[in-house]
Amino acid sequence: MSVEATARQPQPLFVSGNEAVAWGARLARPHVIAAYPITPQTVVIERLAEWVAERKLDTEFLHVESEHSALSACMGASALGARTFTATSSQGLLYMAECLQYASGGRFPIVMMNANRALALPWNIYGDQQDSLAVLSSGWIQIYIEDAQEALDMTIQGFAIAEHAEVLTPVMLNLDGFVLTHTYEPVDVPAQVDVDAFLPPFRTPSKMSLEAPTSMGFTAGPAHYTEFKVQQHRAILRAARVASEVDQEFGRRFGRSYGGAVVPYHCEGADVVLVALGSVAGIVRETVDTLRARGVAAGMLKLRFLRPFPEREIVQALSTARSVGVLEKDVSFGHQGAVFSEVSSALGGSPNRPALLNFVAGLGGRDISRNDVEQMFDQLQSATVQPLNERVRFVGVDAWKAGELCSPRTIAGGVGEAERGGASVASGFGGKGAGPEVPEGGSEGDGVAGGVPKGGANPLSVPISEENGNG
Amino acid sequence: MAEAARLRLALSDDEPFLGHKACAGCGGSLAVRLALKVLGERTFVVLPAGCMSAVGFLYPQLAFGCNAIISTFAGTASMMSGIAAAARALKLRDYHVAGFAGDGGTADIGLQALSGAIDRHENFIYICYDNEAYMNTGVQKSGLTPFGARTTTSPVGPHAAGARSRKKDIFEIVAAHGIDYAATASVAHAHDYIRKVERARTTVGTSFLHVLAPCPTGWGIETSETLEVARGAVDCGLWILAEYEASHYRINKTPRRFKPVADHLATQKRFAHLGKADVAAIEKERDSRWARLRRLAGER
Repeated sequence: MSVEATARQPQPLFVSGNEAVAWGARLARPHVIAAYPITPQTVVIERLAEWVAERKLDTEFLHVESEHSALSACMGASALGARTFTATSSQGLLYMAECLQYASGGRFPIVMMNANRALALPWNIYGDQQDSLAVLSSGWIQIYIEDAQEALDMTIQGFAIAEHAEVLTPVMLNLDGFVLTHTYEPVDVPAQVDVDAFLPPFRTPSKMSLEAPTSMGFTAGPAHYTEFKVQQHRAILRAARVASEVDQEFGRRFGRSYGGAVVPYHCEGADVVLVALGSVAGIVRETVDTLRARGVAAGMLKLRFLRPFPEREIVQALSTARSVGVLEKDVSFGHQGAVFSEVSSALGGSPNRPALLNFVAGLGGRDISRNDVEQMFDQLQSATVQPLNERVRFVGVDAWKAGELCSPRTIAGGVGEAERGGASVASGFGGKGAGPEVPEGGSEGDGVAGGVPKGGANPLSVPISEENGNG
Repeated sequence: MAEAARLRLALSDDEPFLGHKACAGCGGSLAVRLALKVLGERTFVVLPAGCMSAVGFLYPQLAFGCNAIISTFAGTASMMSGIAAAARALKLRDYHVAGFAGDGGTADIGLQALSGAIDRHENFIYICYDNEAYMNTGVQKSGLTPFGARTTTSPVGPHAAGARSRKKDIFEIVAAHGIDYAATASVAHAHDYIRKVERARTTVGTSFLHVLAPCPTGWGIETSETLEVARGAVDCGLWILAEYEASHYRINKTPRRFKPVADHLATQKRFAHLGKADVAAIEKERDSRWARLRRLAGER
């Protein structure tokens, strides 16, 4: 870093999302940082290591041997009442899956950054949200970040939420891989003295101590297990109120607050609303502006927290919408996007029953263009007047490639034959040779989901041939 | 020294590990109890999922008189590392961090975390109580199950004759890291074990103790025979009492003449199916291990 924040004054820096997280972690003064590298998270732990080497950060920096060990070490440190931080991504997040449940069940208030990245197979280092959504039920507070300033601020707020006596639940900060982790933006770095005042050292009676020896992480049989889980559930529910209070207090002290678990943008009176999370919110917001200028009653609902799930806020924000789309970089294979399931479920209890569409986009780092988002709103408008065939729509699918890999029969008929009465897969739009979202009649295709690999072959097994240059 | 050690062996009113539900004759619980008598109540204990956590840690009946926590199965050494790091950061004084993991939790699933911790020279004492199989789950083969032993996953039948792999040498694996202190021990040689726990207690850096701890259920012995069988393993040369420190190996006890391996194996039902060729193979392996360790220890 060429510029350093002084202890007294906030300073503007030009940093990446990763560096913003590192700054947040540095300012929170964790006792222990456990670090294991994985693209695209590496810069976070590199910066922290540099600051330790430069004596700008006083912490126990552990070079652990795996993500499993990273979280395990954080739990051990947290069990002594230490403040702990780690960061991971993708395969690493899933490698620590056992520890995720362990940390939340043990009520260890660890803060962890996750660089949202696709999951293998096929291998892919680029951004999508399949990693964190795969562990949505792991008992962690899940926050989705839009920009670098929010990344820094929420790292600090994350500790205040996690360590709150009524919460004691770990926090996962999700940043879109590369799009956010590697994009440089101007960021205000708060003064250390101000962060110290906002975030005093972690104090808890629930810890191992030499003065009052304690058993932690014990076994509980059928007679007791449920009550521990009820406590855990109530604690993460309480995090909603605590997070709101923390955000308001942060706003008072630093002049920035982020507005709760959801952030509606022109949702009031909107006909068509696109629900989004993470860094893609920026382009959706711009598209809403464009559409509003054209007289379209469009809106966006940004989800910042997925756990605790802001059901009431979502129902309220979508109370006038005639159609609602959920844009997410994820799909739960054999069903639909995880966020779509959550939002649909919330609206199930709402007096307003809008048409619902799931836009699955940005998988494995594929770009989501302004045009893509505009077409999502077009489809949402169509959905207000005509019945829906496919609720789950893959955005920007190359129909030829998808057919080649999954079902040759669907190429002739067009990818996306409707499967009425259940979730189906449609091509969406923007893809080379893709059909319209509602296919013409007469197709004999059965949708990508029902396809059979060509010749029964594994689509991920590529024979060596002259064609691919390995002959 | 001998007197002090003898006093420590007696059951006292302030045992740090008492009231657990371990089986009669459990070698593992003895290893934990004796070590904690040496280390004292200012100890942070980590146990992975396994026998000792199962018998000592069922809410609301908790058997540890000191700080204790169950780690994930693979995470004994990594959780100990976190505790050690936090203790440094919080500037605690006069304490120990000790882990008790079984053979599977150490040499199989926990080996990665143990390796990393030794590499960092974490200041803790890792004690592997070796009952030579996954006993808590019902006697399944582990990486430390000896050649020939019958377990529920290395059964005996027309096409199988117990475990076919040799026992991993976890002591040498650990020593090869350049660990600060490592030793093998046996619950039957309690004074030797206690001396080694003392040595670990005063060692700055990582200590590793590998303690033979018979399991009557899994070995097919009487609950009264635990110590006798453990002693028999040393007497026939299958279990070597040794230490590693500052790049040097030391053998603590060299029997003048090994008692017959066949007699020792015959005390345990898990070896009942073995024939002469198997016993000969076990003796050959024993001899080569002794030769190697004596060479490493500079003996002739």
